[in-house]
Amino acid sequence: MMSNISPETVGLLNDLGLEYEYGKVPYVLQEAFTWPGFFTLRGATIVILAGFLVGFGARYAGGCTSGHAISGIANLQWPSLLAVCGFFIGGLIMVNFIFPFILKL
Amino acid sequence: MFNTFKYILVGLIFGVTMYQSEAASWFRIFEMFHFQSFHMYGIIGTAVVLGILIVQGFKRGVMKNMDHQHVEFTDKNKSIPRYLIGGIIFGLGWALGGVCPGPMFVLIGAGYPVFIIFLFATMLGTVAYGALRSKLPH
Repeated sequence: MMSNISPETVGLLNDLGLEYEYGKVPYVLQEAFTWPGFFTLRGATIVILAGFLVGFGARYAGGCTSGHAISGIANLQWPSLLAVCGFFIGGLIMVNFIFPFILKL
Repeated sequence: MFNTFKYILVGLIFGVTMYQSEAASWFRIFEMFHFQSFHMYGIIGTAVVLGILIVQGFKRGVMKNMDHQHVEFTDKNKSIPRYLIGGIIFGLGWALGGVCPGPMFVLIGAGYPVFIIFLFATMLGTVAYGALRSKLPH
């Protein structure tokens, strides 16, 4: 299953050293979520670290994307808006500052 | 019989939506965090607008659940640290793994068995939270 990811994003992935082609981007990151990808230091780090953070963060924040970003905001809850701000702060830090280093593992 | 089936039905709709909308795609999440496409904002925005209407429908008694009962919403406790710090930790993981807790189950079913390991890692995260809970600011 292919995803029609924007050309800018594909360019960015290429800049990071990941060989993906516009119009032929797969569904999941091949470097981590396939068995050959997982059995590398880089792949295992991505899968296990990401999973741990998602589990820890969702319990700590008392909700995840569907819980806070969709249901919580739909119920006009301030704590949910705050949690979503947190999701984006964390996400932006990851894609801009941490992910490029993890890719070098 | 229908009582059990209805949960499966709702889960099925959720799972198919997550997969077909590509909200479960690692690349869509990466793209979203780089603000390079409207795609994910369109999905989440539509869900929020629909959610507001449905929640208001429940609160005003216009809508009832499948058992014809009134749906109550419990407000979240107001505080800052747990939502902000917890949210940041969740965001770090969401951007790295490209999935939040819903899509990880969808992807196991979609034929990506590595997400079983991801699932165990999330459970490890919740156990770690449980162990540290009393020491964390909430």
